[in-house]
Amino acid sequence: MATATIPRGKKDSTRTPGRFGVYGGRYVPETLVSALEELERAYEKAKRDRKFQARLDELLRSYAGRPTPLFFARRLTEKLGGAKIYLKREDLLHTGAHKINNCLGQALLAERMGKRRIIAETGAGQHGVATATVCALFGFECVVYMGTEDMRRQELNVFRMRLLGAEVRGVESGSRTLKDAINEAMRDWVTNVRTTHYLLGSVLGAHPYPTMVRDFQIVIGREARAQILNAEGRLPTAIIACVGGGSNSIGIFHHFIKDKRVKLIGARRLSRSAAGNVFLRSARRCRSDRQYALSFRRAGLSLDRSRARLAQRFGQSRVRPRIRRRSPGRLHPAGSHRRHHSGPRIRTRHSRGR
Amino acid sequence: MSLSFQKRPALVAYVTCGDPDLATTRAIVLAAVEAGAHIIELGVPFSDPVADGPVIQRASERALRHGTSLEQVLKLGKEVRSKSQAGLIIFSYLNPILRLGLTKFSAALEDAGINGALITDLPVEEAGDYVREMRKRRLDTVFLAAPTSPDERLKQIAKASTGFVYAVSRTGVTGARKQLPEDTRDLVRRVRRHTKLPIAVGFGISSAEQFAAVGEFAEAAVVGSAIVETIERNPGKEPEAVAQFVRQLLAGTSQLSAKQGQR
Repeated sequence: MATATIPRGKKDSTRTPGRFGVYGGRYVPETLVSALEELERAYEKAKRDRKFQARLDELLRSYAGRPTPLFFARRLTEKLGGAKIYLKREDLLHTGAHKINNCLGQALLAERMGKRRIIAETGAGQHGVATATVCALFGFECVVYMGTEDMRRQELNVFRMRLLGAEVRGVESGSRTLKDAINEAMRDWVTNVRTTHYLLGSVLGAHPYPTMVRDFQIVIGREARAQILNAEGRLPTAIIACVGGGSNSIGIFHHFIKDKRVKLIGARRLSRSAAGNVFLRSARRCRSDRQYALSFRRAGLSLDRSRARLAQRFGQSRVRPRIRRRSPGRLHPAGSHRRHHSGPRIRTRHSRGR
Repeated sequence: MSLSFQKRPALVAYVTCGDPDLATTRAIVLAAVEAGAHIIELGVPFSDPVADGPVIQRASERALRHGTSLEQVLKLGKEVRSKSQAGLIIFSYLNPILRLGLTKFSAALEDAGINGALITDLPVEEAGDYVREMRKRRLDTVFLAAPTSPDERLKQIAKASTGFVYAVSRTGVTGARKQLPEDTRDLVRRVRRHTKLPIAVGFGISSAEQFAAVGEFAEAAVVGSAIVETIERNPGKEPEAVAQFVRQLLAGTSQLSAKQGQR
């Protein structure tokens, strides 16, 4: 492809570098500031360097497997009977996710800065696997921090990382998940900052990370835009992307932000406590069994968990009579069948999260 | 009232507030001052203490488990002030302060008679609003200087700081270490080129020998994790244990400080 992989100019959607309205900035211990400044300088220089761009393009093509196809999902489109559905197949990249786009870019930067030790955080393990893979490619030492709870849940990815030569360090503090892995990686970075690059996988953290990670991911949207124009001769009505750390979604959204007619929809999992609060709010307002049943749906909670929460919060007397599940996908308030009243349709969720 | 550094080295003692509980923290602080600590850093427990080692992480988790908040720490500061004239500094991450609001925060500091604050994850570039609010009420803003800070940044850090400058002895998180790194002295020398303020050295100081060694080139030494660990190890008799530890720290330097005091 002739186009540069990351934007070359100084032009940025943000007015001040690293600021996104009230968000962004650089809030880290002083020890890390000079490392972030060094990274920012290296990145600014690299993006104006044709050789860097060419090397990244080449790695993305020959190693990661870009461009990924935009696939028309004919049967899904027919089944749902609404919009024509296309899938941007980032899952076909090496290591099975878009994460590798960013890892390759940052590894090239680390090489330019002369830092041969890489640390990273991972939740489900996708970013850890991509980092371990890229470190194996470049011959870097690699340490991945992962909450012990996540390690238990994602055993296979832990095995893959170790197979690739990475050291996976379990994090026992706090909730033993992604947030704590990030904290521990930061502590490592504060200690070994002179020799180590922190390969952050999400559009978060201190400047320049959010901007830089975004820039390494917008290749997704650039390809998708050309591909949909080629396939349909028009822009899509809407783009839907899942949002976790945000790199996948901003990667595909970025090139469509100025197209006001393209709806950009981020889908994210409701956390259990947030779901509980939505449920409590709506359940308290219920005047009928029908509304009550609807509140489960809004909250995406299982019936038993909802009832337990309600009882815990307001006492057993406030919990409405048991609602029975008559057939998959339908809920009926107890006794409602005698009143020829069919309950609201509720789509069951078979799985949540990754 | 301003921070006093009449003794050399002065002892800046850090405690995580609310560990094991706020009433005990108050007793610990008063006992530490009684035993000779000159400045107390009142640590606000935070859920993601990225600059802290395991000892202070554990203390923060314990303090948060029973809901210790910034408001409660400020109230604690006010109570201590009513009984003691020691220097008091709030030591916090930015998040709790941002949630309270900078204006409310500085007003509460003034009301409580606390001298100032040190925010671990607020570098000078981001500190404009905070420094303005604090200046309005003549509160001290202490900033960190790190071994990795180039001279240009040290200049900015010195300029934004009042009260004292906190020199981080090494790259890394808080926690006791056997030896002080060589470049600490060098960092203090570099900071001194840009300021006449007293300089406190912290991170890793846990013994009387280290404390005395810092006194040779800096006005004050900060001891944190070693005090928090003393609290952790002595349930039920925390204030006495901390007082004894503080006296031990200061014992080796009493003669030195008498000499220095005459200068």
